[in-house]
Amino acid sequence: MRTIRPPAALLHVAAAVAFLACTPLPGSAQDKTSEEIEKYRRVLAEGNPAELWEARGEALWSTKRGPHNVSLEKCDLGLGVGMVKGAYAQLPRYFADTDKVQDVESRLVSCMVTLQGFTEADAKMNPYSAPGRHSDMEALTSYIAAESKGMQLNVPIRHAKELEAFELGEQLFYRRAGPHDFACSTCHGDQGKRIRLQELPKLIEPKEAQQIFTTWPAYRVSQGSVRTMQHRLYDCYWQMRHPQLDYTSDTAISLMVFMAKFANGGEINAPALKR
Amino acid sequence: MKATILFIAGATILAGCATQLSESERQMRAERMFKEGFSKGNQEMAARVVQQDETQALCSKYPRGVPEAIASKIEKSQQATIRYPASGNLMGDWREGEKIAQDGWGLRFTDTGQPNRTNGGNCYACHQLAPQELSYGTLGPSLYQFGKVRGYGLEIQKYAYGKVYNAEAYSACTGMPRFGHNGILTEQQIKDVVALLMDPASPVNQ
Repeated sequence: MRTIRPPAALLHVAAAVAFLACTPLPGSAQDKTSEEIEKYRRVLAEGNPAELWEARGEALWSTKRGPHNVSLEKCDLGLGVGMVKGAYAQLPRYFADTDKVQDVESRLVSCMVTLQGFTEADAKMNPYSAPGRHSDMEALTSYIAAESKGMQLNVPIRHAKELEAFELGEQLFYRRAGPHDFACSTCHGDQGKRIRLQELPKLIEPKEAQQIFTTWPAYRVSQGSVRTMQHRLYDCYWQMRHPQLDYTSDTAISLMVFMAKFANGGEINAPALKR
Repeated sequence: MKATILFIAGATILAGCATQLSESERQMRAERMFKEGFSKGNQEMAARVVQQDETQALCSKYPRGVPEAIASKIEKSQQATIRYPASGNLMGDWREGEKIAQDGWGLRFTDTGQPNRTNGGNCYACHQLAPQELSYGTLGPSLYQFGKVRGYGLEIQKYAYGKVYNAEAYSACTGMPRFGHNGILTEQQIKDVVALLMDPASPVNQ
């Protein structure tokens, strides 16, 4: 059991946020700003509130729940029944029992249905927390991701369905639509670009993809919660003026496989801390 | 027997290495998957993203650069969509233009319930404009001193209006939205943005 000191962690966050909010931007501030944001990330990293999500997820994993009143400890995340360590570093991947490529969240849904007896609708009911309402999926994902910390991302793209997911993800990455004509590639196709002051990773560039893909889930300061990769994609499509992306949709998973191809080899450092 | 096994092994390796799907099959499956991915949200918005227009479809097809002939075709067809104000006056109020340039509200699935609120243009998300605003993006070029550098004449006003109205008419498969053509901004709002770029008194031109 790791030690958690929530008050200290949260104080760090509060102090860093206050520091950032109160620091005036000097005249030639563009590069300085990135530096400052980097500094603020370092300060925050010393006490990431995501540790609270990890602890809650760890407890949830072994809690008997659902109509069958069993825990998730028999869930196979890809490395065998009950193997959590390292599993996140190899997701998404193909699972024979569902005959689908699944990410950590869709796999959790499968386990909640088959092991615990939840309906699929119940398992997917609360994927994203809101003020005053926890999400078990965010907690479980945080725990599972943390169990791969320091390992190399090694998402398999070998099985026919994994290869297909990659290809379809690639197709969608460049797909422009909606009132603004946006595709994923509009913002993530070039190096060194920004929206306002937010730097944009080029997701087909291994160095940049690695840094991004290996740091989700993350505690997002702007949202006051851990968010998962499913939410990250949902949020991208929101900003792209697309409708609500279905939770654990194949569209989301294919885009993850596409990104993972470039991110493979990066070191897992999740849950991380982000804006 | 041995030969058969070798043959199967060889075929498997080939299949594993080659692109699996034909282009049309790949596109068909991706389209179906995309549609299914938005089955529970706002269906009016879903219909709009599922159905690409010709420009979107062509630009999606050539992500690494659209061939010259197709680029000209897009630019020509999009040029024909531009509607200039009947009054002939292309310049609004740069102060309003600045507000529009700052505002990113509109057309997201959470941007509802405010019938009197207009969409923003969010120009600063991608462009530098007035030098006072330090928080600007770099997806598009800097527009600082847009009019001062190019001249304040009617031709440049017309170019600015057309570019904001439908950027695809000038640069096929640009990342810039078609603010007029796609109904993001109104005629008056585009005039205000043109004034932000072209009014000699605008902070952009200081």
